[in-house]
Amino acid sequence: MTRPILLRNGRVIDPSRGLDQTADVLLADGKIAAVGPGLGAPDGAEIRDVRGLVVAPGLVDVHVHLREPGNEDEETVASGARAAAAGGFTAVCAMPNTDPVTDNQAAVGFIVRQSVRAGLARVYPIGAVSVGQKGERLAEFGEMVGAGAVAVSDDGKPVASGHLMRTALEYARTFNIPVADHCEEPTLAAGGAMHEGLVATRLGLKGIPAAAEEIMVARDILLAEHTGGHVHLCHMSTRGSVELIRRAKERGIRVTAEVTPHHLTLTDAACEQYDTHAKMNPPLREPADVTALGRGLREGVIDCIASDHAPHAYDEKEAAFDEAPFGIVGLETAFGVAYTALVQGGVLTLPQLLARMSAVPAEVFHLPGGTLALGAVADVCVFDVTAPWVVRSADFQSKSRNTPFAGRELVGQAAVTLVAGRVVHERQPSSRPPQPH
Amino acid sequence: MTSALGKDLVGLEYLTADQIRLILDTAEPFKEVSERPIKKVPALRGKTIVNLFFEASTRTRISFEFAEKRLSADTVNVAASGSSVSKGETLVDTAKNLEAMRIDMVVIRHGASGAARFLGERIRSNVINAGDGKHEHPTQGLLDMLTIRDKLGTIDGVKVCLVGDILHSRVARSNLWGLSKLGAQVAVCGPRTLLPRGIEDLGVTVFARIEEAIEWADVLNVLRLQLERMERGFIPSLREYYRVFGVTVERLAKVQRPLVIMHPGPMNRGVEIDSRVADGPHSMILDQVTNGVAVRMAVLYLLAGGRPELADAAKGAGGE
Repeated sequence: MTRPILLRNGRVIDPSRGLDQTADVLLADGKIAAVGPGLGAPDGAEIRDVRGLVVAPGLVDVHVHLREPGNEDEETVASGARAAAAGGFTAVCAMPNTDPVTDNQAAVGFIVRQSVRAGLARVYPIGAVSVGQKGERLAEFGEMVGAGAVAVSDDGKPVASGHLMRTALEYARTFNIPVADHCEEPTLAAGGAMHEGLVATRLGLKGIPAAAEEIMVARDILLAEHTGGHVHLCHMSTRGSVELIRRAKERGIRVTAEVTPHHLTLTDAACEQYDTHAKMNPPLREPADVTALGRGLREGVIDCIASDHAPHAYDEKEAAFDEAPFGIVGLETAFGVAYTALVQGGVLTLPQLLARMSAVPAEVFHLPGGTLALGAVADVCVFDVTAPWVVRSADFQSKSRNTPFAGRELVGQAAVTLVAGRVVHERQPSSRPPQPH
Repeated sequence: MTSALGKDLVGLEYLTADQIRLILDTAEPFKEVSERPIKKVPALRGKTIVNLFFEASTRTRISFEFAEKRLSADTVNVAASGSSVSKGETLVDTAKNLEAMRIDMVVIRHGASGAARFLGERIRSNVINAGDGKHEHPTQGLLDMLTIRDKLGTIDGVKVCLVGDILHSRVARSNLWGLSKLGAQVAVCGPRTLLPRGIEDLGVTVFARIEEAIEWADVLNVLRLQLERMERGFIPSLREYYRVFGVTVERLAKVQRPLVIMHPGPMNRGVEIDSRVADGPHSMILDQVTNGVAVRMAVLYLLAGGRPELADAAKGAGGE
């Protein structure tokens, strides 16, 4: 149905197989049909010369908020999938804190249908751990998995009850899905607006101590060990969490973890001037945390990068810091922020970064994609990792603009994004950077 | 119009030592205005000032209002209850509506830290912070400094200890910035549960015991213990607080030299401060209140573009 596409002369990086060479990639029938130098083009194939660009598996984001149903003015499945494609993502996992909560098979099925209808990046639903995310009764994991859920989480709210977390981890084993937890001890974090530290003291804002996260990381690790379940720790933000996960992995406990581009690059200093675009939960921490998170990512203690894309209407963030909601959009800046800070900053190589944004997250959540192996889904992204570009939130495909990176000059941008061998995003000439002099 | 203080007064952290000295010096001639039979000078005649109080306040609101009226400004008071704010209007909408009525200044008290800055960045009028959450209460800091300078002749080198709930106190933060900029040594003393994290990194000495603080200090600025804090579990009981941290005659008697005692009010007698201390000979608590009007007159005058060297003349031109 779709024309085959031959991507010629790109730097082909497939972290799932350790491949990094100049080659061609042929996509046909929605699959990776061939990878190698000097491929012939089949009849009717569209040939694209991608010399100077990087051809890699499409990125996979296991943590986004798409606001549909309930807050479609902020984001929909379709607009989120478009933003994802613009950011080089071919698959994203949508958290269930919608309104109503995605806590049953009908709600999960709705997300799947909206995703298919949009026909852009794939959107996989994550079901709620508890009915209504109330932290009381288990939601119907089995039915939700049957309808297409790939994980369960009460993200946005921590699973406060140790008993609920334990039963969730045990019960999820039947379906071999991860339980993704937002680690936050609620009584320590209550009323907090930013990291507890010197900046919060100066600004007169209530802090969220690092211990609020680490206590729950430790609890979840112990419960994963006790139950044999797979716990996935969302958006890690502290150096203490990195150490807890390192020790757990050494003991062979089934724990995986993610970190956001902003926690890898920004500190609580970004909250100065009461900038509500620096208000997120978990909060931006200290320079030593940023360093430890980057090192943890390089060493594989932290498995993957996830954006925690959290759209909010502009006027919600146009408020006093205490009164503004947590969260920032991230899909369209994730790769650029990560490439600029981590690859140009010497923390990761490009193949390592691509692994942490495609192959590994796909593996952690058991998703197709994240590989250029023959016969795999043709979810591919062509990246430009040479030309600088400037973040202009007005150009976002997302419906929301709440980013702390507006105006930043970055390197690393999706030039073409393909899902199932079909182009779902192509960088517009208007957003191309000016030619270097 | 850019005044010697900039457009807004958000906090003492953002002022230079010279700007703080300028305010204190400008307050001096304004003190006398309040001592006249006819307490009015024309310095701000024709200026419109809105006192926008989202939180309850008696002392600060009345003090600002007197300062404004004694400078001949036209003033309007807006309290959160009974206004459009209680109908869900946002802060920025309230401010923009006020500005659409062509006002010159807004004095704002708000429960959210950063609210005054937020407002100042969005409206053209001058904004004066009359207390924003746990952040700053700059005019309180200034009047405390003026009171210390009156009493001790200088601020440089004076040892000032803030006692009590530092964590939730905007007064503490304004004192800390202002006093350190003018060369005072600043310490804090209170239960660890009520001291903010990282306070030592701001160059502040921390005393665990009130006895040590009294031994060290020239001035005690005793902060109000907000009673709701006890319910949130920061301290076990008011009785115990008084027993461990109360500023009492007995504790003060242990040192030979007299300490200057200050309190920003409203006081909880018998909780953070012994009545005999509050009413005693070294208490400057009512002087603070008197100075509050003069300091606020100075701030209003300077922000309105008044030239400091003319403050004396400005007041002389009116009155009788």
